[in-house]
Amino acid sequence: MEPHAEDEVIRKRQRERSRVLAILLGLFVVLMFAITIAKMTINR
Amino acid sequence: MTSVPLTHDQSMTADWRDLLALTKPRVMSLVVFTGLCGLLAAPVPVHPVLGFAAVLCIALGAGAAGALNQWYEADLDAKMKRTANRPLPAGRMTRQTALHFGVGLAVFSVILMDLAANHLAAAILAVSILFYVLVYTVWLKRRTAQNIVIGGAAGAFPPLIGWVAATGDISTLPILLFAIIFLWTPPHFWALSLFVRTDYANAGVPMLPVVAGVTSTRRQILLYTLPMIAAAIAPWAMGLTGWLYGAVSIALNLVFLALAFAVLANRATEPKQMKPEKRLFAFSILYLFGLFAALVVDRWVIG
Repeated sequence: MEPHAEDEVIRKRQRERSRVLAILLGLFVVLMFAITIAKMTINR
Repeated sequence: MTSVPLTHDQSMTADWRDLLALTKPRVMSLVVFTGLCGLLAAPVPVHPVLGFAAVLCIALGAGAAGALNQWYEADLDAKMKRTANRPLPAGRMTRQTALHFGVGLAVFSVILMDLAANHLAAAILAVSILFYVLVYTVWLKRRTAQNIVIGGAAGAFPPLIGWVAATGDISTLPILLFAIIFLWTPPHFWALSLFVRTDYANAGVPMLPVVAGVTSTRRQILLYTLPMIAAAIAPWAMGLTGWLYGAVSIALNLVFLALAFAVLANRATEPKQMKPEKRLFAFSILYLFGLFAALVVDRWVIG
């Protein structure tokens, strides 16, 4: 593979990973919010 | 936008699919299922969000253990056909990435379990990860043919964790669930290791068929099947479950026993002629799914 094409593959991989990480972080925030609300409901 | 030149480390940036593969998703499915069943079989109502979070933590913990196992065993995996294409032996990821990913996921899963469920569930989750990585992977696997027997305990924790996440304590039924998987692991893995023993021998892993031979392994499979059957029927015999679990359990155990006898009767030494072993291995997975599904249906339908 040419150096330029190889760079492009790596950059694409980095972009994909960043996107997946962003989605996971978003889901984590939602989950933490839901856990907090659930705990408050139980303790009420 | 100016493009910054890539460094050597960046050229090894792992694909997210490889990070996912590091968690052994297929193994995780059985872990998640048994953990969920432990949670659903508990005699207390669980808030759906907290139940989901607990099962997620069990899955993440299992994934972390799988990642750390692959980090430590990259050299072994490279020698076996079955595992040579995993991200580390195939050179698609650095060992450091796998280590950081595994440790991070393990710590995250334990902290989240503590927040979502309770201290005891988080502590058992931590013990199960450490047991799989340190006791099974690092200590036993390369040293003794009993690796699967003792190491099997690691895979037996999920239903116990699920139960403890729901109730906050340990009682007889979750201990029996632990015992079922603990005693199921040797026949399940030895059936597999009989027809891939050349792989294990080439990699220098002292699995029972490599060390003691195929005949002895076939005998051991039957010997471990007997206490496994006792443990699987015990919840019904002790009055901890209803008739539905009892009926399904007896039926599944009779099939398991018949297949274990078929393995014992087989004299073949070539993997191609090991149909009884392959049948037992495939059925053993179905057996565990069926047994735990029956436990939950029994609890929710019969009551």
